[in-house]
Amino acid sequence: MIIIFGVFVLTLLVITAIAIVRAENLFVAVMLTSIFSLLMATNFFLLDAADVALTEAAIGAGVTTVLFLSALSLTAERERSQNRAKWLTIGVVSVTAMVLIYATFDKPPLGDPNAPVHQHIAPWFFENTPIYIDIPNVVTAVLSSYRGYDTLGEVFVVFAACIGVLFLLSASKGIKPSVLASNNQGLRHHLIPKVVGRLLIPFIILFGLYVQFHGEYGPGGGFQAGAIIATGFILHALLEGERAALAAIPRSALLGMTVTGAMLYGMVGVACMLLGGNFLDYSVLHSNPVIGQQLGIIAIEAGVGIAVCGALLSIFHAFTARGLS
Amino acid sequence: MIDLIIDILSWVLLLVGGGFVFVGGIGSLRLPNFYTRMHAASLTDTMGAILIIAGMMLQAGLTLATIKLLAILVFLLLTGPTATYALANAALLSGLKPDTESVKNEETLPE
Repeated sequence: MIIIFGVFVLTLLVITAIAIVRAENLFVAVMLTSIFSLLMATNFFLLDAADVALTEAAIGAGVTTVLFLSALSLTAERERSQNRAKWLTIGVVSVTAMVLIYATFDKPPLGDPNAPVHQHIAPWFFENTPIYIDIPNVVTAVLSSYRGYDTLGEVFVVFAACIGVLFLLSASKGIKPSVLASNNQGLRHHLIPKVVGRLLIPFIILFGLYVQFHGEYGPGGGFQAGAIIATGFILHALLEGERAALAAIPRSALLGMTVTGAMLYGMVGVACMLLGGNFLDYSVLHSNPVIGQQLGIIAIEAGVGIAVCGALLSIFHAFTARGLS
Repeated sequence: MIDLIIDILSWVLLLVGGGFVFVGGIGSLRLPNFYTRMHAASLTDTMGAILIIAGMMLQAGLTLATIKLLAILVFLLLTGPTATYALANAALLSGLKPDTESVKNEETLPE
């Protein structure tokens, strides 16, 4: 049964990918990219990777679409047609595709228990997570404790991306307050989206907090929660207009959130060192090492959530505020 | 016995809901202009979603899954019609007139 679903979803993925390549209207391409992400999330879910599916749905289909659309408001709607070097492109793409397809012949079949990935270190994680960390979701344990360095790196990648976008768009320059006041009123005259949106925003943020604090027990965690909460605030900005959104949470506060989140993660590591353990070895945070691990995971997940939420909102405002000038 | 009745009822709901989704799909491909196609598409997120989720709730019984499905249903019922309204409103504001000369609409349709 899962094979049928998988083939169905993958076929739709290929069709969507071809449609994205062929679309000349960039607006259509953005919408198709969103559909692609949703299909990809379904695919991850079929493969039992609920955490990754949640991330893909929240970031790929949700936030990225809004970011693409706000970037699109700065550029033209249609793709510039270019005919040169088409054959070179097709040649490079087909050779790469051949190599990748050839590489898949060495892969073990789907769900094979003897596959290297199930034999190497995964059994150790499943056996020892209840002993050392005692949380049901092994993915969260791997992500934030065993592989804490990798996640720290990811948070700093998000941080660097945020700084990079802000530098490139230099949003504070060239915006006249009068334009801000007159031009972007949000959906002030659209009663229905506004009423429904206002009703939904608290629930979206509540769901984000649930995903944040339920990450130890089910799919979820800082990345997904940060994206969902950012979506709630982006909805607020779309409904009430850029000015009201920036008045509610100023840009400096958003940047502060990004810095605080990343610093919180690093500081937990430093605190571990000061208490006599290794960097990001949470066991020393409490007299009982298991509770210490749980405390550390909660703290760094909070850091991840704050940093991701702040970074996504900063990038969103950098695009939309520039569109006004 | 009661299990069988619930099972049959849930399958009827699922099949009718699937039928609505199917009709919505055909409609959004085949109907002549933007507004009629949008009407067909909106069928999927109202009747289709209600019937399919009701069918799934009957399958799930009195569990936590039913409450989650109910939350999803409420969310879809709030957002689906709103999205359809926003889409129609945006089309109207960008100058697409909902008239009966469908062929003309077809030509001015934004992609």
